[in-house]
Amino acid sequence: MSDDLASSAPRPADPVPTDVADDLRALRQEVLDSLEAASDLRAWDAIRVGVLGKSGRLTALLKELGRTAPEERRARGAALNRLRDELGGAIEARGKALDAEALDARLRAERVDVTLPVGTPASGLIHPISRTIEEMVAIFGAMGFSLAEGPDIETDWHNFSALNTPAHHPARTDHDTFYLPPGAGGAVGSRLLRTQTSGVQIRTMLQNKPPIRVIVPGRTYRADHDATHSPMFHQCEGLVVGPAAGDGAITLGHLKGTVIEFLRAFFNQPALPVRFRASYFPFTEPSMEVDIGWSRATGEIGAGTDWLEVLGSGMVHPRVLANCGLDPREWQGFAFGMGIERLTMLKHGIPDLRSMFEGDLRWLRHYGSSPLTPALLHEGL
Amino acid sequence: MKFTLSWLRDHLDTTATLGEITDALNRIGLEVEGVEDRGASLSAFRTARIVSAEQHPNADRLRVCRVDAGAEQGFGDVQVVCGAPNARAGLSVIFAPPGTFIPGSNITIKAGEIRGEKSGGMLCSLRELGLGEESDGIAELPDNTTPGQSYANFAGLDDPVIEIAITPNRGDALAVRGIARDLAAAGLGHLRPWLAGTVEGIFDSPIGWDNRFPEACPMVLGRTIRGVRNGPSPAWLQERLRAVGLRPINALVDVTNFFSFDLGRPLHVFDADKVAGDTLTLRRGAGETLRALDGGDYVADAEDCVIADANGVQSFAGIMGGEHTGATEQTTSVFVECALFDPVRVALSGRRHGITSDARQRFERGIDPALPVSALEAATGMILELCGGEASEVVQAGDAPRWHRSAALRFDRLRTLGGVEVAPDEAVSSLEHLGFTVRRRDDQGAEFEVPSWRNDIAMPVELALRADDTTDPAPVRASVAAVEAECDLVEEVLRLRGLDAVPAVPLLPVSPVPLPALTARQARAALARRLLASRGLVECVGFSFTSCAQAALFGETPDTLRLLNPIAADLDQMRPTPLATLLPAAARNAARGLADGALFEIGPGFGHPATPGDGGQALVAAALRFGHGARVPGRPAAPVTLWDVKADALAVLAALGVPMEALSVTADAPSHYHPGRSGVVRQGPKTVLARFGELHPAVARAVGLDMPAAAVELFLDAVPDPKRRRKGAPELPSLQPVRRDFAFVVGQEVTAEAVLRAARGAERSLIAGVSLFDVFEGGTLGEGRKSLAIEVVFQPRERSLTENELEAASNKVMAAVAKATGAVLRG
Repeated sequence: MSDDLASSAPRPADPVPTDVADDLRALRQEVLDSLEAASDLRAWDAIRVGVLGKSGRLTALLKELGRTAPEERRARGAALNRLRDELGGAIEARGKALDAEALDARLRAERVDVTLPVGTPASGLIHPISRTIEEMVAIFGAMGFSLAEGPDIETDWHNFSALNTPAHHPARTDHDTFYLPPGAGGAVGSRLLRTQTSGVQIRTMLQNKPPIRVIVPGRTYRADHDATHSPMFHQCEGLVVGPAAGDGAITLGHLKGTVIEFLRAFFNQPALPVRFRASYFPFTEPSMEVDIGWSRATGEIGAGTDWLEVLGSGMVHPRVLANCGLDPREWQGFAFGMGIERLTMLKHGIPDLRSMFEGDLRWLRHYGSSPLTPALLHEGL
Repeated sequence: MKFTLSWLRDHLDTTATLGEITDALNRIGLEVEGVEDRGASLSAFRTARIVSAEQHPNADRLRVCRVDAGAEQGFGDVQVVCGAPNARAGLSVIFAPPGTFIPGSNITIKAGEIRGEKSGGMLCSLRELGLGEESDGIAELPDNTTPGQSYANFAGLDDPVIEIAITPNRGDALAVRGIARDLAAAGLGHLRPWLAGTVEGIFDSPIGWDNRFPEACPMVLGRTIRGVRNGPSPAWLQERLRAVGLRPINALVDVTNFFSFDLGRPLHVFDADKVAGDTLTLRRGAGETLRALDGGDYVADAEDCVIADANGVQSFAGIMGGEHTGATEQTTSVFVECALFDPVRVALSGRRHGITSDARQRFERGIDPALPVSALEAATGMILELCGGEASEVVQAGDAPRWHRSAALRFDRLRTLGGVEVAPDEAVSSLEHLGFTVRRRDDQGAEFEVPSWRNDIAMPVELALRADDTTDPAPVRASVAAVEAECDLVEEVLRLRGLDAVPAVPLLPVSPVPLPALTARQARAALARRLLASRGLVECVGFSFTSCAQAALFGETPDTLRLLNPIAADLDQMRPTPLATLLPAAARNAARGLADGALFEIGPGFGHPATPGDGGQALVAAALRFGHGARVPGRPAAPVTLWDVKADALAVLAALGVPMEALSVTADAPSHYHPGRSGVVRQGPKTVLARFGELHPAVARAVGLDMPAAAVELFLDAVPDPKRRRKGAPELPSLQPVRRDFAFVVGQEVTAEAVLRAARGAERSLIAGVSLFDVFEGGTLGEGRKSLAIEVVFQPRERSLTENELEAASNKVMAAVAKATGAVLRG
């Protein structure tokens, strides 16, 4: 490329007119030769100043023109002007060429190995449990639910008694409860780590008048530790309370509608099979368990002919309403609860529950999700 | 609860298939946990007899047999080539016709020729059926076996065993009869009538009752049967018990176990000759030890109801009998006990002693109070049938409790609660099938008498009002009583129809566009999570508890936050901060060779006095960077420092809308941080928003992380909600700002923050920003001095600043900094 530029440097295109004086001819040749020899912009600038500058040689000749004999002046003036134009053009062209050469050299020198790694820190990630909770909030949020929270250290009353599960109730033996020392004046067993997030339902009903629509995701604790149980895990419960009569009555049909919509949105399967089975919980009546279709052989959700239990639910027991100061003749509603780890494992095909809590970076990098992945319904879950 | 299909059919007259039955059980709330159908894979195998067995003409070890496997099925005379050494004429065998899959060999047999002789099936060993061990030859059935029967049927293997989960409210379904009743009501056939024959007593029982604990036992019956011959029970009974997971003991014990499953009615048999004295006393325990039938020794306390003879405790009432008076093969005289025990007391005693038994399981869910008399008659009848002997009169203490209750249903509630239209006739009929009887009925509703076995319906209302609730409980109880039994009845009607019949209805929208689901505090946690992850940290979820020693590294470990019954010794203390579990996680990663990392967790820390409520639970975003930054060309891997985590802290706080100029940083972080390289971020004098710093090397080493580590803890509850003020118009001055640099020499103890604050306050109307760009120590400054270089931005508003004005403003800055910190301008 630079060779091309050099070869395009100005050269006498036409034969020099015969009437030009020898001194101009010599000057012309000298300048053109030195321009060609100039290898950098500095040399080039010296030539430019030496010819066309204030005290340049051509400038000086033009100044002398006034002292030339009038009969020669015309011809000499014309010759000088031609020479000035010619040399001016040659200098400018050579300048551009040298400029381009210099830029080219700089660019060549600045060349790098573009395959070098950029050293951006590894991206951070969101834990799959958080991810699931965000998705639950998005889906239930769209159905008008808000998120309620409560303490992990609960009273026996909030966790059991208010939920129609008195001390001798057989359902309590299913909950291997962690106990903390009682506070001042309390009885042993009165202070515990919540075995379910239902205590927040109680708090919500005590603090708010219906209508109520809340979900309660949170940490829960049971004294159980093996391949499929962790002493700490997460549940998401939901509670809807509304009128017991009239057009706005909250019925078991609403419970079914809500749960079906959630499961289909969460698993992103508009036709996910959902089955309801009668069951029992002390705090609901009627009660039911909810299964989704899946294939036991492949673990694929929505495929196959098998059923998998994912959720417990029911109409809030009148005693629970009454314990929270709501008249069960006036108000009724439904509640449901599901294991967040279980749904997360199903959705992402995670085989082992315990790995969720180990903080193994290799596992987290495999199952974690980008903080910029939307958990917004309009962008897709 | 396990039962076999044939046992169910004793009570249920049905043509339903096994699949239809299990589907119905799932639907009505008797969840099927498993079906063991051993007969299904053996359905093609038949009993047969070898009529003749000749030597195969072309093979030394083969025999050509003519086999009778049942003429009716077309196998009256089949030729089979068999290699078994025991194949001989007259032997009864198992025959597999062509097309049969042989589970033990994983092949399907075909008719064909073996060495030139036709063979139309196979004679099998038990191993080939998947039932037995390797053997030399084919299975030998008893000589008198009729050919042509289904082998599975002949061997009693065609009776599927169904296991169902029983919810705590359904004590009545811990009986095969109760299950049959539910299935009949769900439309799967008819409940067969059952009526126990009465056995007249022909002598006075030599053993009687003395009930000194009627709260625990309202009613108890008993009778002596003498002259019995105990021994193994008959095959059918043993088969049934084995199928449901019980070990046959002897006929007398097996009879009690049979009724425990058949009617859900536990009974106990005492060897009458081993009972000391003539009285069995029901009373409280008094510290005596009982060797129970499970071989364990249990000490009866005053809350236990026991049955004692003259020598002491012989049985834990309703839970387990004692070894000494148990019935054995030598027993010739037996006393049969049939009682009603208080469910709560049985549950609590059983739980206290850790005894689980079929009896406890049934008593704690409640026993049919109308059943004792007929159950005792039925048991007597069966004992006499199996063991002979003669029965005494029945002895009784107490009376059947009043169990009659009624429950009303407004038909409309099926729609307004259950969400489904059900014709009143249909609802009433369903309930009648379950044993409810109509007392009264009109267009609007009906009132029913609840059957004796359904103690989960229309029970007295027990409330658990808050201890501080001063409202009169009577009207509250009345409000519950008005609807509770009705809910029970709606549930019964719905479950028998199947809940899939209820149409799913979406909730009405609260507003066309949903309102925010998160409170400001919840949104803060979500934002902090995304921000920390976008800064390269990986989120963890750790347990809320850790070991006491681990927790103590990070804060107080009060007894009030220590579990009374931890699952493991190292999981007993509620953590003061997520750092307490994050740091060990980092150490584990480092031990795996992942030496550089950044983890965070947003979760609870406990014991924070600033948060209200029991346990001082605070929501903490904790982040931990450990090891070195990435090694990339041209940039050496730098160890993590407090600056990395301070940047994390400030980035989160800025994102949460905390005004940066309102923050102050002080060097008083708690002791798990490096004392000289850590700080606390406050808003105002009190509110601690965050603490950060390099971890104390001793703390890091204590959890096995021997490398640079820096952490930050952000207290999300303390972050104030951002004020939702409307922003005024922005100030966009047209004049260029003027920048001036100052280098101050100050004492080592002077903080950058003090210098910056003083400069910022020097001329508020003119100074638009102040920033620190260099710190220099040593050199000519001398010991204990440092130079802080700051840039001050002056923003003229109305006209450009003159040199004099700029000079004056600069002097103000110098004076303010000098006054606040003793600084002098660096020469």
